[in-house]
Amino acid sequence: MDTNRRSFLKLGGLCALGLGALPVVDALGKSDLPQVMNNPQALVGKRWAMVVDMKKCWEKGKPGCKDCILACHVTHNVPDIGSIKEEVKWLWTEPFENAFPGQESQFLPTEVMEKPFMVLCNHCAQAPCVRVCPTQATFKRADGITMMDFHRCIGCRYCMAGCPYGARSFNWKDPRNFIKTELNMTFPTRERGVVEKCNFCDERLGVGKIPACVEACKDGCLHFGDLQDPNSEVRKILASHFTIRRKPELGTDPSVYYII
Amino acid sequence: MLDRAFTGSQRYYRLLMGLLVFMGLGFAAYLFQLNKGLTITGMGRDVSWGIYIAQFTFLVGVAASAVMVVLPYYLHNIKVFGKITILGEFLAVASVTMCLLFIIVDLGKPMRLLNVLLYPTPNSILFWDMIVLNGYLFLNILIGWNVLDAERKGVPYPHWVKPLIYLSIPWAISIHTVTAFLYAGLPARHYWLTAIMAARFLSSAFCSGPALLILLAYTVKKYTKFDPGQEAIEKLSIIMTYAMIISVFFVGLEFFTAFYSQIPSHMHSLVYLFKGLEGHRFLVPFMWLFAALAVFALVMLLNPNTKRDEKKLKIACVAVFFSMWLEKGLGLIVAGFIPNPFDQVREYSPSIPEIMIALGVWATGFFVLTVLYKIATSVKEEVA
Repeated sequence: MDTNRRSFLKLGGLCALGLGALPVVDALGKSDLPQVMNNPQALVGKRWAMVVDMKKCWEKGKPGCKDCILACHVTHNVPDIGSIKEEVKWLWTEPFENAFPGQESQFLPTEVMEKPFMVLCNHCAQAPCVRVCPTQATFKRADGITMMDFHRCIGCRYCMAGCPYGARSFNWKDPRNFIKTELNMTFPTRERGVVEKCNFCDERLGVGKIPACVEACKDGCLHFGDLQDPNSEVRKILASHFTIRRKPELGTDPSVYYII
Repeated sequence: MLDRAFTGSQRYYRLLMGLLVFMGLGFAAYLFQLNKGLTITGMGRDVSWGIYIAQFTFLVGVAASAVMVVLPYYLHNIKVFGKITILGEFLAVASVTMCLLFIIVDLGKPMRLLNVLLYPTPNSILFWDMIVLNGYLFLNILIGWNVLDAERKGVPYPHWVKPLIYLSIPWAISIHTVTAFLYAGLPARHYWLTAIMAARFLSSAFCSGPALLILLAYTVKKYTKFDPGQEAIEKLSIIMTYAMIISVFFVGLEFFTAFYSQIPSHMHSLVYLFKGLEGHRFLVPFMWLFAALAVFALVMLLNPNTKRDEKKLKIACVAVFFSMWLEKGLGLIVAGFIPNPFDQVREYSPSIPEIMIALGVWATGFFVLTVLYKIATSVKEEVA
């Protein structure tokens, strides 16, 4: 193409004009109306939290009951990788000494030492994973849920180094071949190379349902509610029971409480 | 000036071909990783960073150490360093290139890398590390290239280069401080949660970097007509000696705090590294090798005659470099994950493809280094 100074300047000016017009277009296209309507049925809260009543679980639950875990895995297409090294975990069990390291003492009741504890993402108010994520792929929602955007995550695994609870799992390989439960078509499966974890069933809260694990527990050992609401179920339980949290000394302010 | 990279001796081309072979093997292994996912590495949910991130950390130090020749020359007018500043700057370029490559090969979704720019997140230290590393890369390319080009033409370098040189000095400190902050601010990892992490990083950088630079200076002297100068090498070895002493001292400080306080979580990683924890002792031989090499290097370097004896100094430099690599490029990152947040020991050892990829990145770095040093030495030979 034959270009001289004059035509180059003309073209450059035109380009600059086009770029300058962009904010004008944005301003004209702006509207105060919300872009997406909220579901009127959605459960709303300021800080979702969970109380896990382990005592009731051990006393009332049938031995080896895994209803809550199964419900979670079915709902979220959680793969069963089958290796300790690459396991993907959303909701699982750990012995007391592993769930609460540093708090075990020699002469605890055998029940506490031997029975399983339910563990999951703590949805910390001061979440280190959110602090370290370089792309905001993991972020805090206004209702306190620590959310994960599978489509933005670059797979750097900084959040896994940051999480003090081992609650984050990376997809070391394609997880789709390892989904052993029936596929839930309403929830995305993941690709390899991204991090995932418990999301407190934000997709269910959005349509007015409580988390799948809470719903699945027939013995009522899992309680879910708004920590900021003084009349919520979780607040009433916290006011009347002694509860503990995992590693509170780290200042992460976990939103999952345990009754032992 | 770039043309000097294309006219070299047979030996020069043979070296480049050799490095290309390793780069090719590494690239093939990377394609395998890209296809299968990071499952082909030895990493897992418990040790979620391995040798890639460890090499990255170590090489940031090597890059930062260029300041150990630039600072004395430009701020204290130590003239003997004038000849080797270019070697330091080009070593920094090659090192930062490796750092960036090691980050990329570690990503689960490398095609989404630019999300870091698309969604800038100032509260993430990784975001700042991206800024300081890329900034340091461009600073060193700009400075090194322009100063060398001016030297070739026999004119003073452009006046706008000077502020960049001054800027590069604190910038070098910043790259390793920010890299230390990647680790030192995580509540979950007791071994990394130490206020002297950045100081440890800088001190180990300022011995491992100059050690490599001395070895490279001798290599350049042997194979080209450019002599970096014995006096510069001796001065550099003094810097290296002090940095090495401080480095080992800092490791000792970590031991004191952990074992005098007797807090289990503070002791566990160190016990794992040097004695083994719950029967797991994969890294123990490596860490004792680090300790032995460090002591050996110190004994060598504290003898003032070593720095005047080329052979002895080279041995000491190899010992410094390799011991620091074991400490930082292997033990430090892996042991941060052991024990895991559940107080269990899950060990890590790199897989074959993982090692091939790491070697490929090292080869790429040395390819860049060879080409840059070829250009630099050709110019130096011409003007001499």
